[in-house]
Amino acid sequence: MHYFLTEEQQMIVDICRQIVEERIKPQRAEMDENCVFPSEIIKEIGKSDLFRLFIPEQYGGMGTGIFEVCLATEELSRGDLSVATTYAASGLGFIPIILLGSEEQKKKYLPQLASGEKLAAFGLTESEAGSDVGAIRTKAVKDGDFYIINGTKQWITNGGEADIYTVFTITDPSKGARGASAFIVEKGTKGFEFGKKENKLGIRASATRELIFTDCRVPKENLIAGEGMGFIAAMRTFDQSRPAVGAQAVGVAQAALEEAINYSKVRKQFGASISSLQAIQHMLADMATQIEAARALVYHAAKVIDSGEKNVSRLSAMSKLFASDVAMKVTTDAVQIFGGYGFMKEYPVEKMMRDAKITQIYEGTNQVQRNIIALDLIKRGVL
Amino acid sequence: MIDIKIIVCIKQVPGTTEIKINPETNTLVREGIETVINPFDTYAIEEGVRLKEKLAPLLSQTGEEVETIALTMGPPQSGEMLKEAIALGIDKAVLLSDRAFAGADTWATALTLAEAIKKFDDWKLIILGKQTLDGDTGQVGPELAQKLNIPFIGYTSSILDINKNRMTIKRLMEDRYETFEIRLHAAISVGKDINIPRVPSLRGKLRARNETIPVWDKNYLNLDQSQTGLEGSYTQVIRIFMPEHHYEVKMLDGSPDQQVDEIYGRLKELNIV
Amino acid sequence: MDIKVDESTCTGCSLCKNVCMYDAVEIINCKAAINDNCVFCGACIDVCKFKSIEITGLQDKNLDFSNYSGVMVFLETLDGAVLDVGYELSSEGRKLASNLGVTLSGVLIGNNVKENFTQAFEYGLDKIYCIDNPVFSNQIDDIYAKALVQIIDKYKPEIFLAGATSFGRSLVPKVAAIIKTGLTADCTALAIDEEKKILLQTRPTFGGNVLATIVTKDARPQMATVRPHVMEKKKTGITGTGDLGTKVEFIDIDQSKFKTKYKLISTEKEAGENINITDYDVIVSGGRGLGGSDSFALLKELADLLGGVVGASRAAVDSNWISYPHQVGQTGKTVNPKLYIACGISGAIQHLAGMQTSDLVIAINKDPEAPIFKIANYGIVGDLFEVVPKLIRKIKMGRGLE
Repeated sequence: MHYFLTEEQQMIVDICRQIVEERIKPQRAEMDENCVFPSEIIKEIGKSDLFRLFIPEQYGGMGTGIFEVCLATEELSRGDLSVATTYAASGLGFIPIILLGSEEQKKKYLPQLASGEKLAAFGLTESEAGSDVGAIRTKAVKDGDFYIINGTKQWITNGGEADIYTVFTITDPSKGARGASAFIVEKGTKGFEFGKKENKLGIRASATRELIFTDCRVPKENLIAGEGMGFIAAMRTFDQSRPAVGAQAVGVAQAALEEAINYSKVRKQFGASISSLQAIQHMLADMATQIEAARALVYHAAKVIDSGEKNVSRLSAMSKLFASDVAMKVTTDAVQIFGGYGFMKEYPVEKMMRDAKITQIYEGTNQVQRNIIALDLIKRGVL
Repeated sequence: MIDIKIIVCIKQVPGTTEIKINPETNTLVREGIETVINPFDTYAIEEGVRLKEKLAPLLSQTGEEVETIALTMGPPQSGEMLKEAIALGIDKAVLLSDRAFAGADTWATALTLAEAIKKFDDWKLIILGKQTLDGDTGQVGPELAQKLNIPFIGYTSSILDINKNRMTIKRLMEDRYETFEIRLHAAISVGKDINIPRVPSLRGKLRARNETIPVWDKNYLNLDQSQTGLEGSYTQVIRIFMPEHHYEVKMLDGSPDQQVDEIYGRLKELNIV
Repeated sequence: MDIKVDESTCTGCSLCKNVCMYDAVEIINCKAAINDNCVFCGACIDVCKFKSIEITGLQDKNLDFSNYSGVMVFLETLDGAVLDVGYELSSEGRKLASNLGVTLSGVLIGNNVKENFTQAFEYGLDKIYCIDNPVFSNQIDDIYAKALVQIIDKYKPEIFLAGATSFGRSLVPKVAAIIKTGLTADCTALAIDEEKKILLQTRPTFGGNVLATIVTKDARPQMATVRPHVMEKKKTGITGTGDLGTKVEFIDIDQSKFKTKYKLISTEKEAGENINITDYDVIVSGGRGLGGSDSFALLKELADLLGGVVGASRAAVDSNWISYPHQVGQTGKTVNPKLYIACGISGAIQHLAGMQTSDLVIAINKDPEAPIFKIANYGIVGDLFEVVPKLIRKIKMGRGLE
């Protein structure tokens, strides 16, 4: 299939593909079974310059855009969604610094994130604040040249593995949504600890932990943009990152489709390959069509974002919403095509189905995505 | 001012996965066999890059530099493979190519490579893959070392220590490891156990795309036609043929118990059980 | 020197193009044309039915090698004893020497040589040159090379054979380079050209898919290495004529002239990891079908019962289910045991290259289309986890162990 990629974009795809074939595929079943964090693979991804895709050139990046990030994320997702999530979530963690950070903050943190030496994480969700981000209760109170942070974040991807955390706190409860602020907190800071690693349905090799802040003192230089800019930072970050989640979904769906096609050719029932049965053929056709549509939407959204367009929320939400729903459908159908074998851990599709589910949930559930789309439609019309 | 050059000698070989034999003509059928970097050479490239990563910070303290160079003798398209080496982190590459080099056996190859290596100042270490997929002899390394009058350690499984003048390495023989210390200049050949080759980096690939690989011919190396290629070889291939395969497979029928019985019977006949 | 196509006889049939491994032949206007990629391997010349291709300009130097005579074999030693490959080569060398009507000698270098020379002569040697000196206690390339060069220079054999052991493959090329002669590695067959009385050295290339016959025309000695267990060691049945004293010549060396540049710091023998699987008559090998490292214990049980060792495909080693010394194949070891049992191995060409010369191959695989079945003697389409335990039980029952 021709996607009219430039030579450089094709290089990104080729590198990711090699990592998938040589490093990820041989280990993914074991990593999933034992919840093993893919640290060696992440190091390879770093050495291949793939974290540089997010970051401007002057801070060690390649000056590429979300389009390229999506290319890499999609390819890595074909191998293993845990690895892709670890990769994309680090991006999520440092995009606030790129968008709104000061020059000093960018110079201090971005180079090591670009090289992959360090990982980042995005600390927003709490036990009482999932879709309702306004309900976060982690507080940051100013104390001279510091802020003191107290509170607990839940289900943070890369928790414990990352070195750099963008943490969202309430600095002024009276101001509601305008009272949130984002801070950069480094691992090892006194008063910053991690909870146990969560035991999940899917993306089990990705590390998910609580972040526990107990009188954690953070220098005021670590405040991003200014007090009250917290939710703006979060929303603008999600606008950029949603297509990457869409790319994850497209990747895992593609992998599932490939497995299903190959299996259907080899599996013989009633004297012939099941690929000769119309029921199977129609399923495969639908799966492939949906993936193509999802892919088109994801990369279109990415292009629009990279063009500098300001109002991208609707399109970016659509790409995440549609692609993740497709991924869930396609991976479930893949298991169905495999039949009994699809249910067995020896075959890779059950894992893909378990992994795909999270794409409908994190970075804003698909219900929240629909809210975003609808509100934007009502506000600005069809365009 | 470069103070240590590490030279990695690599070879482009046909990837052998698609070889079939035409049963009628009893000849090889190539179906678009792609050429690849000889698999063992990817370990040599990785080791060269790792050594530079290890030595560069130590040497920079005294203002000295490390440079890795990939070298190959081959047809013009071998330049593509050298670019792959650059994408993997090698600093520079040189292609030795000339009609006169064709048909070289390991001796003529070693001689040609030696002349090229002599053109670099400050080379200290030569790394090769332990053997090629097509030739399979593993002879170029020791012959090259002998031509340059330097020590050669084959089957190097790890480099324990290295500085500007010496290295300590372990080689793997059939049933034991041997640890040697040798002075640089030296040459080593490596196998799969020495490292895990990295995946190319994006910046590496971009640099490789823009790199022009210099091509040195026999005149540049001050070599005469009689010293290189087929004329400069001591050994000569006089015949190539397909091995006769007499394969009569007996696929065993029946239940697993019956299959095992038949196998057991045969093993007993051969006195293996 | 060039390669030319005679267009008057060429029919453009493409046989040459099909056989060329280097993309050097094109068919232009229904005639074969050879481009710069040609490496002069001669495959196209061999296959052309019309004899339209020839290499020109190669001068026959017609050098006089009448002062070189005899076949010499390197009797590589380890811990004072000669390795089997030395005697395998002696048996092969005997055939060559008898064909040429010349002497077969052996060179033995080591320290505290404990070899039973009477036994050695039963393999057809006429003479043994022995250097027994402490400097040779370890296998150090440069001083061994120097010693061999001096012996070859003194006794001028026309043919020199050595084992392609790890040491041999480092050492012998050095010797060839010092003497400036041709060396052919890993020969699977050796013969004498009846007309020219030169050594015909046949060896596999491209992983055994192609065989090449090679000669050394303009240099002496003609040197060749052979892998262990490829040739057969055979006693001649003649229990030595003549006095052992004259047949074994001990050569003294000036130790001060044999200083090495290699400082051996330590040697580590490790029982488990460094097994040389090429030494075993039975190899039970596992591939991707094993599914994990635990399953190799099953293969080990079978291997132990048969007095053999466990082997593995590259897929199994790359997945870290078993260590690299067990790997069979193009990037692993080449084996030719009496019995090779391939379990859950699909039979990629690179694997077959490492074991296809085994005497008896039994393959067990779930996939009836697996390429391994093409070269197996017995094939079982089935589950190795069913078949192997059954075979183990059967063997144990046969021995009264169950």
